[in-house]
Amino acid sequence: MTQTRMLETVVGLFICLGVAAIFILTLRVSNMGNLTGGSSYQVTALFQDIGGLKVGAPVTMAGVQIGRVSNIGFDQSRFEAKVTISIKSRYDQIPKDSNASIFTQGLLGEQYVSLTPGGSEKVLKNGDKIAFTQSALVLEKVIGQFLVNKASSGGK
Amino acid sequence: MAQAGTPARESAASDEVVVHIRDLCIRRGGHAIYDGADFDIRRGLITAIMGPSGSGKTTLLRLIGGQWRPDRGSVTVDGEDVPRLSQSRLYELRKRMGMMFQGGALLTDYSVFENVAFPLREHTRLPESMIRDLVLMKLQAVGLRGARALMPEELSGGMARRVAMARAIALDPMMIMYDEPFTGQDPISMGVLMRLIRRINDALGLTSIVVSHDVDEILSIADDVYIVSGGKVLDHGSAERIRNTRSERVRQFIDGAPDGPVPFHYPAADYAQDLLGGGA
Amino acid sequence: MNTAWRVVLDFLARVGRAQFFLLRVLAALPSLARRPGLVVQQIYSVGVLSLVIIVVSGSFVGMVLALQGYNTLVRFGAETSLGLVVGLTIVRELGPVVTALLFAGRACSAMAAEIGLMRATEQLAGMEMMAVDPVKRVIAPRFLAGVISMPLLTAIFSVMAIGIAGGYFIGVIVLGVDPGAYWSQIQSGISVWGDIFNGLFKSLVFGVAASWIAVYQGYHAEPTSEGVSRATTRTVVMASLAVLGLDFILTALMFGG
Repeated sequence: MTQTRMLETVVGLFICLGVAAIFILTLRVSNMGNLTGGSSYQVTALFQDIGGLKVGAPVTMAGVQIGRVSNIGFDQSRFEAKVTISIKSRYDQIPKDSNASIFTQGLLGEQYVSLTPGGSEKVLKNGDKIAFTQSALVLEKVIGQFLVNKASSGGK
Repeated sequence: MAQAGTPARESAASDEVVVHIRDLCIRRGGHAIYDGADFDIRRGLITAIMGPSGSGKTTLLRLIGGQWRPDRGSVTVDGEDVPRLSQSRLYELRKRMGMMFQGGALLTDYSVFENVAFPLREHTRLPESMIRDLVLMKLQAVGLRGARALMPEELSGGMARRVAMARAIALDPMMIMYDEPFTGQDPISMGVLMRLIRRINDALGLTSIVVSHDVDEILSIADDVYIVSGGKVLDHGSAERIRNTRSERVRQFIDGAPDGPVPFHYPAADYAQDLLGGGA
Repeated sequence: MNTAWRVVLDFLARVGRAQFFLLRVLAALPSLARRPGLVVQQIYSVGVLSLVIIVVSGSFVGMVLALQGYNTLVRFGAETSLGLVVGLTIVRELGPVVTALLFAGRACSAMAAEIGLMRATEQLAGMEMMAVDPVKRVIAPRFLAGVISMPLLTAIFSVMAIGIAGGYFIGVIVLGVDPGAYWSQIQSGISVWGDIFNGLFKSLVFGVAASWIAVYQGYHAEPTSEGVSRATTRTVVMASLAVLGLDFILTALMFGG
């Protein structure tokens, strides 16, 4: 019955190949590596305009990704966007008065949150609020601003 | 194989009816295949079902095997009401029936040996060594033990049918059905098959139902004969009686006469008119 | 008016028949646990034998995608996003769909033809008369093999297209996109649950639909040579259309937002 053994071996190989491919996809071809890897703590920040920021967007400091956006909500009392950031636990030395800004990757890329460190000795802990925020740059407003400036300077 | 002692037809067992069909009615494709037919298939005998093409001979086998249900009437096999059986009980009954299809219907991916072993492997838990012995015995009975390693595509028509026969008796059934076993066979092959049908029936104490329209062959081995036509049983009796019958329709069939109750000409308008009239 | 009704009722009857058949096949699946050998054999003929076409197609599709993507992105100076373009397109759409279409053409047509031929040569009827349920013995193993093989083949296709031969080869090695950028774009842009899982789920759905159509057409083929050939072509056409139709529905559900 060696023909059956060969058949079974080949089929087993095929299934292993397929499962391996699935693993490669999930581990190497996705952001799985960024999602897992330890615990994290949450802080919130209020923005006037988050632009195109999405849940899952990276949160960086000095260009290094230290966490990601875990939730985006709406504060009805202040009419501002409430963004919850999930920071990896090992980055626990972030000053409490740091500034959170929303930038765009490249010119047309995705938006992300960048933290600029402040000078406070106190550090951010789970549940804290980031006080200083800078909203996303909305292209239409910039152009509008530019046109208005142009118009007013042209008038002089 | 040693010859059976007393011919089965003379023993008391020949009065026992294995398949009991009453008032059979079934319609397919708009016309009636059977319209009130009765059959009694007796145990231990070879019963022949004969008739012109399309008279429903194969349908009868399908009804007995439970593949089709009659519109009306009863089909009883060994006491079981076939059309009403649940699937599992029908399958139990089928294990006791062997069937040889026209052309054999062998599984093309399996060798001769594996084809005959198929029912044994599916329905029994016998060890391989026993299965091997049984398969070889069945193949020996049909004279094909040496062909066990061949594939169905390498077999001639007659050999394929013999393998199908061996497969049909693999589970030692009580009854065996043959669907047109002689069709398209050369004389030697026909002779072989005829002899096998008779010997297997007697040696294993089977009840055989043979569906055919090869008149001479079938009449030489059958104990009981049914002539079926137009949805009804035209005649029923021993082979001897049928051969000497005076009924015109049966006579035409038996003798193979081209014209008689079944006319030669398909109904058409008057010949002269047709030729002279022109038109389509 | 009568014939129109007749056509509609006919169609409904056929859909109903197909449904019942699927239920029969699903009901037969548990019995396969006792006879895994049957499924293994079918995975070989359905999955393993499709490997070559899947691997080759995956490579080519990935390469073409990389070429086309590069040509467009380079105009915006965004060629570093090539990884993301190739990755997302393959994982979400082309991987499941192209694999399914190839599967429909190669494996499903073979399944339908095989079963149809068994029908035409009375092998299925013979099995029934031997008290062996052909749905359990012949149909269910093939169906299960199709459903199992599809996601595996899709994953292999995707890996070939994105990584090994396709995108990576053309993008990085031939066109000079930075390999680091290629992979980091992919890794940050493709989410496990949203994209990969959804893509594989799609392939599972396609596998069920295509295999179902194949075994149904084969089992119900007319027992003549034209009947078998018609069943085979019908399988390929219907399976392909079903894949495309389901893809639309699934994409709308999953990525519609």
